[in-house]
Amino acid sequence: MQPIHLAWVDYTILIAYVTFVLGIGWVLARYVKTSSDFLTSARSIPTWVTGLAFMAANLGALELVGMAASGAKYGIAQAHFYWVGAIPAMVFLAVFMMPFYYGSKARSVPEYLKMRFNEPVRALNALSFAVMTVFASGISMDALARLLTNLLPWKLDTNFLGMNFGSYDIYLWICSGVVLLYVLKGGLTSAIYTEVLQFFMIVLGFAPVVYLGLRDAGGWHSVKNSLQGVATNPSAFYLQPAGIHYAPDAWTSVWKPVLDGPAANPLGVDWFAVVFGLGFVLSFGYWCTNFLVVQRAMAAKNMTAARNTPLIAAIPKMFFPLLVILPGMIAIALASMPNKGYRIPPPIVAQANYNKAVDAVKNASPTDTAAIKVVGNALGVKVDDTKVTQLIAAKTANKLSDSKIQEGLYNSIAENDYNSVILSLLKKYCPPGLLGLALTALLASFMSGMAGNVTAFNTIWTYDLYQAYLAPNKTDAHYFWMGKCITVVGIVLSIFCAYISKQYNNAMDIIQLVFGFVNAPIFATMLLGMFWKRATGVGAFFGLFGGIAGSTVFHAFTTTAGNVDAAGHVINHMKGGYLGLVVEFPSEMAQNFWLAIFAFTICFIATVLISLATQRTKTDEQLKGLVYSLTPKTVDHNLPVWQRPPVIGTVLIIACVILNFIFW
Amino acid sequence: MGLDIRWPIGLMFSLIGALLLVESAIGGDSNLSVGININLVWGIVLLVFGALMLLGAIRGRKTPPSA
Repeated sequence: MQPIHLAWVDYTILIAYVTFVLGIGWVLARYVKTSSDFLTSARSIPTWVTGLAFMAANLGALELVGMAASGAKYGIAQAHFYWVGAIPAMVFLAVFMMPFYYGSKARSVPEYLKMRFNEPVRALNALSFAVMTVFASGISMDALARLLTNLLPWKLDTNFLGMNFGSYDIYLWICSGVVLLYVLKGGLTSAIYTEVLQFFMIVLGFAPVVYLGLRDAGGWHSVKNSLQGVATNPSAFYLQPAGIHYAPDAWTSVWKPVLDGPAANPLGVDWFAVVFGLGFVLSFGYWCTNFLVVQRAMAAKNMTAARNTPLIAAIPKMFFPLLVILPGMIAIALASMPNKGYRIPPPIVAQANYNKAVDAVKNASPTDTAAIKVVGNALGVKVDDTKVTQLIAAKTANKLSDSKIQEGLYNSIAENDYNSVILSLLKKYCPPGLLGLALTALLASFMSGMAGNVTAFNTIWTYDLYQAYLAPNKTDAHYFWMGKCITVVGIVLSIFCAYISKQYNNAMDIIQLVFGFVNAPIFATMLLGMFWKRATGVGAFFGLFGGIAGSTVFHAFTTTAGNVDAAGHVINHMKGGYLGLVVEFPSEMAQNFWLAIFAFTICFIATVLISLATQRTKTDEQLKGLVYSLTPKTVDHNLPVWQRPPVIGTVLIIACVILNFIFW
Repeated sequence: MGLDIRWPIGLMFSLIGALLLVESAIGGDSNLSVGININLVWGIVLLVFGALMLLGAIRGRKTPPSA
């Protein structure tokens, strides 16, 4: 991406947003007096606010960028991550699980695990979650700082205390500083409020871009037609090796390509992996046990509000593919229309490399076939041979200016950077003003991603690690103080992780891989804990461990197609298969889904068997309010029908099924 | 808790809406995107949205919000 030119109005909008966010923190600070005000919002926030925050906490900027990229790469099938991979789990959380989380008076998911099972289960969950949140917020801030460095025109360079700070460092520290200020002032409430603000920014900032893109592309029918061309020839967009074709509707229907098997859809998945792996294990594991989102529901002011939180969140969630996946589909449709002059941006190439390549083109003669290689080497990326040949011919026929040649080189790069799809659309369609709004929305979601993780981190640390093991029985003022200290520590650790992420991309891949292993089985533990009173602490702990070990082993013996060379050796060990090759999956997504299914099954069976072999340590009386069969059913009869969670949940599921049929 | 979030939302989007309208008045052709003066249209939408939020906040101040 080339730097974007921002006008005064864009900067004003950006500054206004930061001012409002800090202002919210500053006003809220007056009401934050205890550790529970700070860390859990003292269970006082209205339902629609917790609902939107619940949805927005998951709507990180990486999600926005990634969803648009996937919309282009896979088409509408990506909506499975919403209609299969989110809505059912959100309804389940609201109707069946929230009564235990909220009713048990637990302040966090690990604390619930302690009440239901024992300390080791809590410690395992709390520790892994705490480390994960810090890395997640570090990765998010690293991406933000990189984005700003590429986007904004200023080249900053300062010396501070003998250390050199470039643009990247300054953006990183300023943005982290803003987050630190407002979280430190208003605690969880601050984070939740800014998430709601961010939600509206995203909706109101992206909606006009989607509309303009759709209009430019000639409407939905025209997009649909163009996507048929994409599906039948994906290699034109560097999506698949030449020779791979899909059915014409592969980009425009959600289920048909998936039902036709992994080879018939660009995701490379089969229906069972989608329904069970994504729709059940991964989705329920995330939405029902991840404290980052569950914390939003726990901050609601009463049981009904807590149960309705995920349901309110599910309403916008259902329609979000329109806002986040559709832009990607529009982009690739536009790229397939020759008269639009749009291409999916190629990877960033340094200006120095462009200069070298321009010289190479200038020196080349049309008959010289080696020139193509020289040009490609100068650019440092793969180039389209025919396009370079045409360019050289064009320059020989009539003198081209350097900038024309550079444009030609840009267009002949044979790689697409799908992650910059969303930015390229903003740049194409937003005039000054609207651009400020849309970019601020993106920025806001990076920052609230950090705030969300840090507020989850400080609660887990203070209540589940510090109070539980290091300093029990202190005054509330002490924990309040600790909560604030650990917020600062959390931000500093995040910055540290951002630097790790900047330096060692591989380290981050490994870390995310490991968290994939840790998270995969947790839903089995939670499910058995809530719905089977016979599940014991020992069973849960070793079951969870077995699940984690299971997913690690699974990864070591499987890999993806394309990661095996002709001699049958695995190329990249990060993609698995380093201990031997048992199964080769058609895509990484398929490998992930099946890994989750495998880990869940191991954890489920191990927990059941070990529980049956061990003694229960908690009596029925102790498990009251924690296990389904021992808890009085929540009575909804006093509520108007439209406020009852099971009723809303049923309506949502029906709506979701209808959506699946519309885009079948 | 304390602050009704509709205040900041309402104020901020009214402000952004007003900024877009100013830009649409002085920016001339640079406002056009796919043939639409989008800053004008969207400025009005944001102003209406901001006003509705503020209206909600004002009404919420008189009657304490219920569950």
